[in-house]
Amino acid sequence: MTARLFDKVWDRHVVASPDGEPPLLYIDLHLIHEVTSPQAFEGLALAGRRVRRPDLTLATMDHDVPTTGLDPVTGDGVIADPLAAEQIARLRANCAQHGITLHGLGSRQQGIVHVIGPQLGLTQPGMTVVCGDSHTSTHGAFGALAFGIGTTEVEHVLATQTLRQVKPQAMAVTVEGELPAGCTAKDLVLGIIRALGVGGGAGSVIEYRGAAIRALTMEGRMTVCNMSIEGGARAGMIAPDDTTFAYLEGRPHAPKGAAFERALDDWRSLATDDGAQFDKEIRIDASALRPAVTWGTTPAQSVSIDDVVPEPDSAATPAARQAAQRALTYMDLKPGTAIRDIAVDTIFIGSCTNGRLEDLRAAAEVIRGRKVHPGVRALVVPGSALVRAQAEGEGLDRDFTQAGFEWRSAGCSMCLGMNGDILAPGERSASTSNRNFEGRQGPGGRTHLVSPAVAAATAVAGHFAAPTDL
Amino acid sequence: MSGLRQVIGRGVVIQRSDVDTDQIIPAAWLKRVERTGFGAGLFEAWRADPEFPLNRPGADQARVLLSGSNFGCGSSREHAVWALQDYGFQAVVAPSFADIFRGNAISSGLVPAQVSEDGAARLGVALAAAPDAEVVIDVAARTVSVGSEVTEPFELADYAQWRLLEGLDDIGLTLRHEDEIAAFERQRPAHLPSVTGSASD
Repeated sequence: MTARLFDKVWDRHVVASPDGEPPLLYIDLHLIHEVTSPQAFEGLALAGRRVRRPDLTLATMDHDVPTTGLDPVTGDGVIADPLAAEQIARLRANCAQHGITLHGLGSRQQGIVHVIGPQLGLTQPGMTVVCGDSHTSTHGAFGALAFGIGTTEVEHVLATQTLRQVKPQAMAVTVEGELPAGCTAKDLVLGIIRALGVGGGAGSVIEYRGAAIRALTMEGRMTVCNMSIEGGARAGMIAPDDTTFAYLEGRPHAPKGAAFERALDDWRSLATDDGAQFDKEIRIDASALRPAVTWGTTPAQSVSIDDVVPEPDSAATPAARQAAQRALTYMDLKPGTAIRDIAVDTIFIGSCTNGRLEDLRAAAEVIRGRKVHPGVRALVVPGSALVRAQAEGEGLDRDFTQAGFEWRSAGCSMCLGMNGDILAPGERSASTSNRNFEGRQGPGGRTHLVSPAVAAATAVAGHFAAPTDL
Repeated sequence: MSGLRQVIGRGVVIQRSDVDTDQIIPAAWLKRVERTGFGAGLFEAWRADPEFPLNRPGADQARVLLSGSNFGCGSSREHAVWALQDYGFQAVVAPSFADIFRGNAISSGLVPAQVSEDGAARLGVALAAAPDAEVVIDVAARTVSVGSEVTEPFELADYAQWRLLEGLDDIGLTLRHEDEIAAFERQRPAHLPSVTGSASD
C-alpha cells in the first residue's frame, strides 16, 4: 500500500474517528497572535475552560505592532494606536494567565508568527501546526501539515489540542526543470497560482514536487508553501530532505545529538512512496518562467515582467473577463501597457512571504551603491527581530538606508496595513507580500506582487524593473 | 449558539466571484477584541459606491447573501463571518466557498449554502426579477428558494448540517473524547518539540 507525505502525517495525528463525525486531529504546535486570539480566550473564560497544552502553544505579536517609533531592541515606547495597544495588552494578559510562552515586543524572538516558528526550530517534519492565520501553510515547507484556522477553532485547539477536520484531497504540483537566472521562489509560486487559479486548490492539500522544488533553499520553500492559500489550498507541503535537516540542525528547539539521529530516521520515512497516486496533479516547467508581476487584484492575475497588461477579453470565461475588467479599473491600468512602463510610489520588502534573511540579502544586493528613485517611498520590514539583527550583522541595514530605504522593526506591517503602514488612496506599490486584493495595503491602494529582487530594482528605477535592467 | 432550522428574509446579490475576506471586513476592523460590532465595516470600501447592492432600499433587512464562486477567499479572519452576521445575514449562497471561510461560517452559525453554478444563476435571475421576494433557506431539507418560483438544492456536509441545526458546542463534543486525547498524548514521540524549554538529547 503506497502512501503520500500528506497521508503519513495525517494518519499519525488521528486521535479518534467517531461515526458520522470528522476525525479528531492532534495538533503538535499552536501558534497564536494578538489579532485572532482575544475572542478565543474570552470564549474559554466564559465556559470556564483552561488551555490544555500551554507547552505546545507559542504566542507572538506581529499583525498590528508598530514598526517604527518603539526602541527596536527593547520594544519600549508608546503604541500610538489605542486599539492596537489594547490587543497587545490582552495578549500579554492572556498568555500570563494561561502560562503561554510569549515572544513579545522587545524579545529577540519576536516577529511574524510564520518566520519565528521555523527560526526557532519549532516547525519540524511530520508535525501538525495550526494558527489563526491563513499563511500558516508556510510551515509545510518542512513536511509538516500546517494550515490556518478561524478564531472558534483557535479556541477549540486551546481547549482540546485537537481539531475536527474532514480529510482534504491530495494534489500534486510538480515543477520540473530549472528556474532561469533572475527567477526566484516568489516568481515560481506566482506562476503556480496563475496556472492553478485562486480557487483551484480548494479542498486540497498541495504537495510541491519535482526538481525545481528540491533545488530551493528552505527559505525559498517557505515562500512557495506560504502562498498555497492564494491558490485556494489550505496547506502546501514539501517532503523533508537533506536541505531540511541541515536547516534544522542546531536550532534552539530541534532535537540534539542522538535524538536528532532518531528524528532523522523518522523524517526520512515521510516522503511520498514511489507509485503513490494523487487526486489531482498539475505540472509546471520552471525553465519557462520569468520574474512575475501581478497586474490585477488576485494573486492569480500576474504576467512576466517582459509582458504587457493583458486584454480582459483574453480571459477564459465570462466571469474571468468581468473580474479582469473590474481589476483593471481598480488598478487604473490600460491593456497593452508594458509592465516596465508602470511607475510606482511605494516599495514594501517584508512579510511572511518574503521577509526572511535571504530575501533581504537578495534585495540588498540589487540596491547596494544605488539610490531609491526620487519620490519613491521604500521600506524594509524584517520578518523577525532576529532577521533584523542578523541582517544588521551583515551590514544590510546600511545598504538599505544609504540607498534611501527606511529600515524598520519586525512585523506584518504593510502586507495588510493594520499597524498604520499603509498606502494612501490611489498609491501604487511593488510589494513582496502575498495579497494584491483591493484595499489590502490601505483603502484605495494598488498593490503589485513581486519578488524581493524585482522590488529592489523597481525602487531604483521608479517603475517595474528587473535587476538586469539597472 | 442556538440552532438554525430555517432562514427567511430578503436576499441581496453581489455578483462577483472571489469575494475575499479583506473586502468583507477590512483589516483595520480586526483590532476589536469582541465578536460583535463589525456590521458597520461589512464591505466598507464597496459600500462607498451608492449603487452597491447593500445601499439599495430594504437591503438592511436582508438575511441571505447570494454571490459568486470562491466566496470568502483569502485571510482566515472569522471576523468576516461575524461582520456578515452582525449586519443581519444568516446565510450565504454561492457556487463554492473558500475552505477556511466555510469552516468559520459553520462554527459561528452562518449557513454556507453551496449551490450549482446554474442554480446560482437561476436564483440570481429570480431575485433580479423580484428583489422583494422572500428567500427561504431550509437547513434540514438543504434547499434554497426564491418566492414560489425557484427552489435549488444546496450541498452541506451531514456533520455541518447537524451542528447548524442543533447549534452545538464543538468543544463540548470533543471533550467527550478526553480519554482518547489523553491516551494519544501518552504515545507521542519523544523527539517532538515543546515550546517551553529547548529539546534535550
